[in-house]
Amino acid sequence: MRPMVYLKDVVTLTHIPELCSGCGICLSVCPREVLQRLNGKVRIARRDACIECGACQRNCPHGAVTVKAGVGCASALINQMLGRKKACCVVGD
Amino acid sequence: MRPPRLDQPFVTGVIKTAAGPVPRVSKVFSGTDRIGAFKVRWGIRRTRYRVDAGLYAIGEPTAESPVFVTANYKLTFDLLRRAIASIDGWILVLDTLGINVWCAAGKGTFGTDELVERIEASRLAGIVNHRKLILPQLGGPGVAGHEVKRRSGFQVVYGPVEAEEIPLFLEKGLKAKERMRRKDFGFMERLALVPMEVVPAVRLGLPVAAGLFALCFLLGGLSLSRALECFAVPAGAIGTSILAGTVLTPVLLPWLPGRAFSVKGLVTGILSALLLIPLVRGSGVLETAFLLVSIPAMSAYLAMNFTGSSTFTSLSGVKKEMRFALPLEIGGVGAGLLMWIIALLGG
Repeated sequence: MRPMVYLKDVVTLTHIPELCSGCGICLSVCPREVLQRLNGKVRIARRDACIECGACQRNCPHGAVTVKAGVGCASALINQMLGRKKACCVVGD
Repeated sequence: MRPPRLDQPFVTGVIKTAAGPVPRVSKVFSGTDRIGAFKVRWGIRRTRYRVDAGLYAIGEPTAESPVFVTANYKLTFDLLRRAIASIDGWILVLDTLGINVWCAAGKGTFGTDELVERIEASRLAGIVNHRKLILPQLGGPGVAGHEVKRRSGFQVVYGPVEAEEIPLFLEKGLKAKERMRRKDFGFMERLALVPMEVVPAVRLGLPVAAGLFALCFLLGGLSLSRALECFAVPAGAIGTSILAGTVLTPVLLPWLPGRAFSVKGLVTGILSALLLIPLVRGSGVLETAFLLVSIPAMSAYLAMNFTGSSTFTSLSGVKKEMRFALPLEIGGVGAGLLMWIIALLGG
């Protein structure tokens, strides 16, 4: 089956070719096949599939990928709005 | 940082190394492990389902054996332990406060600092003579490989998303196929998450139901039988919404129309309400309208909360979804409640 994709045209991912060395670590860490190598150059191929996990940004040694990383979790945002500290994956604590 | 305790139930012995004794883990997934996994899937003692952080051995590892890094959530640790049962290796467990790799990486507890400190505390450099660590790919949001290399001398190699693929990954000389790099969200995985959607929804629904029952009792002239009769409709609405929003929506996710989870929940909510209405005997127009408005609204809200458990939503997307969906969901529940109260007072 085709992988599911969330909302269109919302993600904050950018790739700056001038800073990119083409090492490809971003391709290894992306779980959504967002980035691709085309003719040796890395580029964003499937922008809407990006989940803004931030793995590419964190692992890029040259700062060539940027994204406002976060977790797409409504209950975490609601908890935040209600002033509770607990977030999505951590219940309790 | 204390070394891991030897009296943990899955530890079967000790391996002597240049850096002292290292606990060896069992390759067997025992009945206790199975029961523990079942319980945490239902949210029972979930945050306390942990193993000690630190270095462990599996099989008969030597100084050349691979090192696998994981989180100290026991469900995660057990998945790795089963996946690499055929391999002699080292397992370096990070203290992620009992949270799985992906969520912990998102919070930074499965992170560069913790990894570098754990490498030092476990004296790993004196135990293995290579300088490679195999990390789960989903640890990527928390760990900067190039920083780990600079600070510890160890090179981070991102393994496959799923632990079961590790043997193949090793066979291929630490290379992952594209398929192994992709996080899917299959039927069984969604089904396994359903209980942790249902449990919090029921916890939220019970006090609401209790409040509505009290209202029925007060407005129904303090008669228990009349209160029960009147309570049946809102109780049915809450139960149906939980079923639609936390069971049907996750299970049917790829086949439901819309991209926003609220839209998917709205659809299951409308369909479920339409199935419920003929079962409610002698309901008036207002009660029917109450069911048709409140069930889809509640179902949409509960479905929206599944975004966090899913594997393909983004923070920007969820913020956008919430901006349009949350006011409608609250409005729908409010309007439904108002109609129900009017029907109650009028009847």
